[in-house]
Amino acid sequence: MVALAYLLSSVLFIMGLKNLTRVSTARRGNMMSSSAMLIAVLATLVDAGKVDYTWIIAGVVVGGLIGAIMAIKVQMTSMPEMVAIFNGFGGGASVLVALSYLWDKGFIGDDSQTLNAIIHTDISITLALSIVIGSITLTGSIVAFGKLKGLVSGQPILFPGNQILNILLALAMVAFSIGVVNFAQGPAEIEQYALILTAIASVLGILLVTPIGGADMPVVISLLNSYSGLAAAATGFVLSNNLLIIAGALVGASGLILTKIMCKAMNRSLANVLFGGFGQEAVGGAAKTGDQYPNVKSCQPDECAMIMEAAREVIIVPGYGLAVAQAQHVTRELGDLLAKNGATVRYAIHPVAGRMPGHMNVLLAESNVPHEQLCDLESINDDFRNADLVLILGANDVINPAAEKEPGSPIYGMPILKAYEAKTVVVVKRSLSAGFAAIPNDLFNYDNTLMLFGDAKKMITEVVQEFKDLL
Amino acid sequence: MSLLLVGIYVFVLAVFVGFEIITKIPPTLHTPLMSGANAVSGITIVGALLCIRSADPDVANILGFLAITMAMINVVGGFLVTDRMLAMFKKKGK
Repeated sequence: MVALAYLLSSVLFIMGLKNLTRVSTARRGNMMSSSAMLIAVLATLVDAGKVDYTWIIAGVVVGGLIGAIMAIKVQMTSMPEMVAIFNGFGGGASVLVALSYLWDKGFIGDDSQTLNAIIHTDISITLALSIVIGSITLTGSIVAFGKLKGLVSGQPILFPGNQILNILLALAMVAFSIGVVNFAQGPAEIEQYALILTAIASVLGILLVTPIGGADMPVVISLLNSYSGLAAAATGFVLSNNLLIIAGALVGASGLILTKIMCKAMNRSLANVLFGGFGQEAVGGAAKTGDQYPNVKSCQPDECAMIMEAAREVIIVPGYGLAVAQAQHVTRELGDLLAKNGATVRYAIHPVAGRMPGHMNVLLAESNVPHEQLCDLESINDDFRNADLVLILGANDVINPAAEKEPGSPIYGMPILKAYEAKTVVVVKRSLSAGFAAIPNDLFNYDNTLMLFGDAKKMITEVVQEFKDLL
Repeated sequence: MSLLLVGIYVFVLAVFVGFEIITKIPPTLHTPLMSGANAVSGITIVGALLCIRSADPDVANILGFLAITMAMINVVGGFLVTDRMLAMFKKKGK
């Protein structure tokens, strides 16, 4: 009976995902997934029968309340932090289940028995795996959360011997995994080994994420997302529960695909992101700013408004700077004005714009930009050459022509939005300082580029005002 | 066939199903996909529920309680925030 309920739940999870492939059905998909979860929980409770519900109710109420408050209060700009910390909770729950299982079963055996002898080998191995993946996910996610929130420096933190220490920790982790499964004898020793294993994996989780720079966070969150799924699947193996294995595998696959997409969008391998310490390597000549930009032309909001009035094809390129400045709402207002003036307005969104996959889309959707106007890299890149005006808001590296033209550049080969092909490019930016990749952007020198210096929100508000006066 | 082997079969097949479906999800929906995936990984709650045997405040039960709390945050928070986001996409879909 409970097996059938789990089957129904698995099917609903898969159908929920399938509905997520289209904007029109996505919300229904989310409903399906949540009912799948409800069915799974109810079936489990019914199956467990008459146990004492005190702890269960306490956990459900406390966790449910915290989750609900977080979900309702979170700002859309802070979604990356929220997803990061949720990844951590997923991993944390897996470790706790594994440890709880161990404490429960550990006491059955006597002092001369190993875990292997008390429970089946398959289970003891996956138990160790569950502890390892769960702990790494938990602490890694906490560090990622700290970096996104600005509590920990976004700069890569890499100390001498960091990699060697990581390798030693990984080896110790393997040793203690084998130890807890096969060598520790009796409950006390098994528990001790399990706790040491948890501690080592937790430290490794921290050290794996600290060297990764803030710009690479989209990759890290995606990867940790995948880990949280794998942790759930590992728990499924421990409990021989196919529903956990299926749901965990789906999440694992999802995180892995997003990781791959993010890496491709930055033209870097996963190994390079994880071990590269990008942004650290000295980039030749990045220090001198003045003479890199001999041909910069700046403009004022009123000139900008005039260009806009004449433009028929407008493409807006938003970046994380737009989110920081909270300029998404006023940008939508500008978009509406342009449309009213008869122009076609579209938004070109680079896969790594923002701090997590799809982040820009959510921010623009929040400020009521119709999602039909949001275009991804492939679908819009050939249209830049027909655009009268490209407005760049808080994006930098993703429009840097060096990625196509300078084989020596660190970002060479990264797919970029071909903004430079447009008739006129207006870049709204505080200064000429470099983006995350810490390299100069030659686009600012182009003859068709105008710089509008200032805070994105303030500048766009002024442009909107000027534009209104023109109409 | 051992339980482990069955589990591996199920895992591998589910990964393939996941890959097939998820590659079709448009970039616009990647953030809701991630927060939704967060919620789904809260499925560990099923495992956590099985940890609780009694009302005793022993180690296994307390660990189980913490596991339920964490998983529940994921489930409730994840699904709610995903719905919030998707509602924003929806309202001007037409």
